[in-house]
Amino acid sequence: MTNWLPKDFWTRNETLVAGVIVLFCVIATISDPRFFTITTVSDLLRAAIVIGILAVGAMLVLVSGGIDVSFTAIAVFAMYSSTVLFLAIWPDAPWPLIFAVSVGFGALLGAFNGFFIAFLGLPTLIVTLGTLSIFRGFLLTFIGSQRISDLPPSMRDFSRGVLARGTTEAGNFYSIPWAALALLGVIVLTWVMLKKTMLGRSIYAIGGSVESARRIGINVKWTQFFVYVYVGALAGLAGIIHGSVGRMADPFSLVGLELSVIAAVVLGGARLIGGYGTLTGTMLGVALIVIVQNSLIVVGIPTTWQSVTIGILILLGTGVPAYRAKRAAARAG
Amino acid sequence: MTTRISTRDVTTAPEFRLLVIAVFVFGLMAVLSPERFLSTQNLTSMAFQFPEFAILALAMTIAMMTGGIDLSVVGVANLSAVVAAIILTQYSNADMPASQSAIWLAIAIAAALCIGATAGLVNGALVAFFGLPPILATLGSGLVFTGFAIAMTGGSAVMGFPSTVALIGNATLFGIPVPLILFAVLAVVLHLILTRTAFGLRVTMYGANPLAALYAAIDINRMLLKVYVIAGLFSSIAGLIVMSRANSAKADYGSSYLLLAVLIAVLGGVNPYGGYGRVIGVVLAVLSMQFLSSGLNMLQVSNFARELIWGALLILVMVINTHAVTALRGSFRPKT
Amino acid sequence: MSPDHDTAFVDLRAITKRYAGVTALDSVDFTVQPGEAVCLAGENGSGKSTLIKIISGVEPATAGTIRIAGQDRPYLNPRISAAAGVMVIFQDFSLFPNLSVAENIAFATQLSTHQRFFKAKAVRDIASAALDRIGVRIDLDARVETLPVAQKQLVAICRALASRAQLIIMDEPTTALTEKEVRRLQGIIRMLKDEGVAVIFVSHKLGEVLAVSEKVVVLRNGKKVAEGPASEFDTQSLTYHMTGRDVPEVPPSDVTPGAETLMQVKGLTKAGSFADISFDLMAGEVLGITGLLGCGRTSVAKALFGLVSPDAGSITVAGRPVPLGDPQAASLARIGYVPEDRLTEGLFLSQSILRNVAVGRLDAHSSGGFLDMTRLADEAADWLRRLKVKTPDVNAPVQSLSGGNQQRVALARWLSRAPRVLLLNGPSVGVDVGSKADIHDIIRDLARQGIGIIVISDDLPELLSTCHRILVMREGRIIDALDGKSLTEDDLAHRLAS
Repeated sequence: MTNWLPKDFWTRNETLVAGVIVLFCVIATISDPRFFTITTVSDLLRAAIVIGILAVGAMLVLVSGGIDVSFTAIAVFAMYSSTVLFLAIWPDAPWPLIFAVSVGFGALLGAFNGFFIAFLGLPTLIVTLGTLSIFRGFLLTFIGSQRISDLPPSMRDFSRGVLARGTTEAGNFYSIPWAALALLGVIVLTWVMLKKTMLGRSIYAIGGSVESARRIGINVKWTQFFVYVYVGALAGLAGIIHGSVGRMADPFSLVGLELSVIAAVVLGGARLIGGYGTLTGTMLGVALIVIVQNSLIVVGIPTTWQSVTIGILILLGTGVPAYRAKRAAARAG
Repeated sequence: MTTRISTRDVTTAPEFRLLVIAVFVFGLMAVLSPERFLSTQNLTSMAFQFPEFAILALAMTIAMMTGGIDLSVVGVANLSAVVAAIILTQYSNADMPASQSAIWLAIAIAAALCIGATAGLVNGALVAFFGLPPILATLGSGLVFTGFAIAMTGGSAVMGFPSTVALIGNATLFGIPVPLILFAVLAVVLHLILTRTAFGLRVTMYGANPLAALYAAIDINRMLLKVYVIAGLFSSIAGLIVMSRANSAKADYGSSYLLLAVLIAVLGGVNPYGGYGRVIGVVLAVLSMQFLSSGLNMLQVSNFARELIWGALLILVMVINTHAVTALRGSFRPKT
Repeated sequence: MSPDHDTAFVDLRAITKRYAGVTALDSVDFTVQPGEAVCLAGENGSGKSTLIKIISGVEPATAGTIRIAGQDRPYLNPRISAAAGVMVIFQDFSLFPNLSVAENIAFATQLSTHQRFFKAKAVRDIASAALDRIGVRIDLDARVETLPVAQKQLVAICRALASRAQLIIMDEPTTALTEKEVRRLQGIIRMLKDEGVAVIFVSHKLGEVLAVSEKVVVLRNGKKVAEGPASEFDTQSLTYHMTGRDVPEVPPSDVTPGAETLMQVKGLTKAGSFADISFDLMAGEVLGITGLLGCGRTSVAKALFGLVSPDAGSITVAGRPVPLGDPQAASLARIGYVPEDRLTEGLFLSQSILRNVAVGRLDAHSSGGFLDMTRLADEAADWLRRLKVKTPDVNAPVQSLSGGNQQRVALARWLSRAPRVLLLNGPSVGVDVGSKADIHDIIRDLARQGIGIIVISDDLPELLSTCHRILVMREGRIIDALDGKSLTEDDLAHRLAS
């Protein structure tokens, strides 16, 4: 008996995704021994930071029973407008301040979503589709549509900061930027909130049954509102990190990524009906998507097939459990 | 089966409100800039512009009627267009006699429609047989379709068509632009399907309550397959129009059309949870959008600002249609 | 003030509630003593749900005074009411399927004590204390979605107890329980009463809860029409008070001798739900299938209509085999199925009354792909008239109808298809007593016209007043085939429970 494993271990999405990742790595290492090195790992980690932070937010929304497609627009809005703001008033501001303002902008836009969803009760997909274009349209019309590569110096300092860097004896170069700490911080903070606070449990409860949550006295509206504010704040953080690390405030970046991020979260086992989703699963999903986006070529699949691969992964990752559930329901009669 | 619609119902219907809006926007634009907005040139150019996304909105409408959504419409449109374009560029060229290139055009159209139907079949099968939520099924399949288009073209545009291709998107028939005729025909067809056929009523009933549809012995799987095949076919027709108007095909054309299609369907009063929707509403929504868009164009409002306006409009319409304001007021009082 | 009122946990005086001109409650007095169990009976629309909503603070009363736990409550909301110890267990239990048993039990407590942090250990302690109190063992870490219905109810009761309930209001507590589970519930209720916890049962089916109740209160049209010790009431007198009239049930007339065999079911088996189900159904016969919840009766009914695929066996209608596991095939063989849960399975609530009937006849009025709308609508309207559906407007959504009328709409859909065999699962669930008798009349009438009818129900009087034969199921098998005419309710109850 393997009591230390959860009962549904073998049927969980997490297990499936982890399996695919391992399989991918094995094949990749066989076809190109250079794949499995610290260089690749640190490259992939760097690529995963922004997507990872966004995915944590997207997961939270799915757990609460909604779906958000506007977070990329929030991220780019918060990043670009805080950059523009500081370039105008205080170009030498320290980066933590710029980051805080970006996070604040994000939270504000999240509150905009939250108002329509929590207090007006509108369908989340439609609202966030709408705000996606509102945020983007507003940004490009009123704030600016030019790429800015002349960022406040402190942002560039941030992008140079590394936790570790070096070259292994085999000559593999690696570096892990400060931004990795941000992802870690977001994960830890969200984990504590989801597992250890009543607020977090309330989010799961609402995802499980809104009506029941209302009946036992959970403040459903404010909890939902909080979810969108929190997601907005995370998007603001992800956006400014994206801008700093890329050393460019590009108002056209990030938007378009939302479906890949949601794909990562759904692959990790979060369900659209709400109430289900784990950070472990989300991070595994992010890892898989990042690997597919960056290393497909290593296993001999041309980069032009990236979209197809991700699409098929989504269909398999969500289709297999859905089909299994359908069969189980039919069997139960 | 609303056999008799009394006059009282007409004015309270959301479609009536849309008619008022369409007339109002038209009137407003005509007053603001009569010589330009009402010019033949502007009216014709509007008639060429909107059918492509309007047809995508029709595809979205039928998917939404079942409580689903089709996020793959743009992917299907582009994949169909790319396949047609590859056939056209491989087997025909500008020097070919018109009769010969017309045959190749017919083959290319047939191939595009096949792609649309097949894509719809895939979506329908994912939703019906595998029980995937439509959002995920069409999100995933949309990536796959777009991905195939990228893989086939390497991401660049396919161009160099014989001049006959312009027939679909740029020609007129009796002075009426061909795309407009295509849209009108498809709108009438969809209207008849939804209101005058057993299949259409089943779609509405299923959208209202899927479980009750199962217990009413409705063949749900078959119905869903048909719904997504129709959506796929409509998408591929839209793709062909885009191809003809742009005189090229590319995997990422019209990426903003997805939002626009959802917006028009919702604006047209289609219930995103399923069970309600009328083609006339969608048509009126398309017209209002196009009048507004064209008017904004004349006022030299940028594309970005237009995106902002679309988004705001989408939310505004949802607020009005769902009586959300009463819900808000109600939330500060005990429910009755 | 009488001593009765002084000691009462809940004391409502002259409560009136009006909604937009409709008087839902008209000057009703209502008291519950600590440790007392009260049956609150009444038909749908009698005002019993409104009364519960007022006690639990969901709705304010228009007039009257409310005292709970010795305090006047001029202003009440669900939180205040819950803090005073009033807990409502809704019919659907209002649990969180995705959370663990422990969390479900302790969530409300944690909320009410304004905890900010979630302490897993405290939650487990609260939950296991509540389970111990009623002497039940359920895995604390199990997800609630994996539990059977009876255990979900126990979790809901534990949640109320964990929140220091002084009064537990149970909405239709026994509808989903088997006889054995009802007995366990009765034991738990007795124990709670000994500890001073009061209970209000809100129910249509009162037989099971009368045994553990002290007092019965009957509402009709918003007025209290009867109140007294439970020992003075029985099912019949309750029915009388609830409807204001005696509803004599006519026993079914005989099946025409020599009637043809309509439906033959042989060896129908599905692993884990039912096994070796065989019976014949004659034209004009009403066959009852009964058994406790979980005995497989609903699965058999669904299998007969193709909604469940059996592993083995055969069904023939008028000598022709019906393909298994295919609702379309069943409906082509002219089998009709009216499901138990009208609201989610039976009707398209937002759609018009007319459409709800017509959806059954789409193919019949379809030629060359197009529908003959006039004929379709006329036929549906005709069926609505025949079944005496009371409505001012057939284009109104079906949700505007009362339960009894809704059931008639569901029946009309299938009758318009001229069924040979009609399966009725719980034909009078959630229907008020008056309409119930009407529905039974319709069933008897249909049988006289030669339709074979199968009534799947656990409502014993209903079975006795409609069925010629009754099959009793247990653990997925038919254990008895009884003659409806020579049977009494006690006999049948005994066969079910034994």
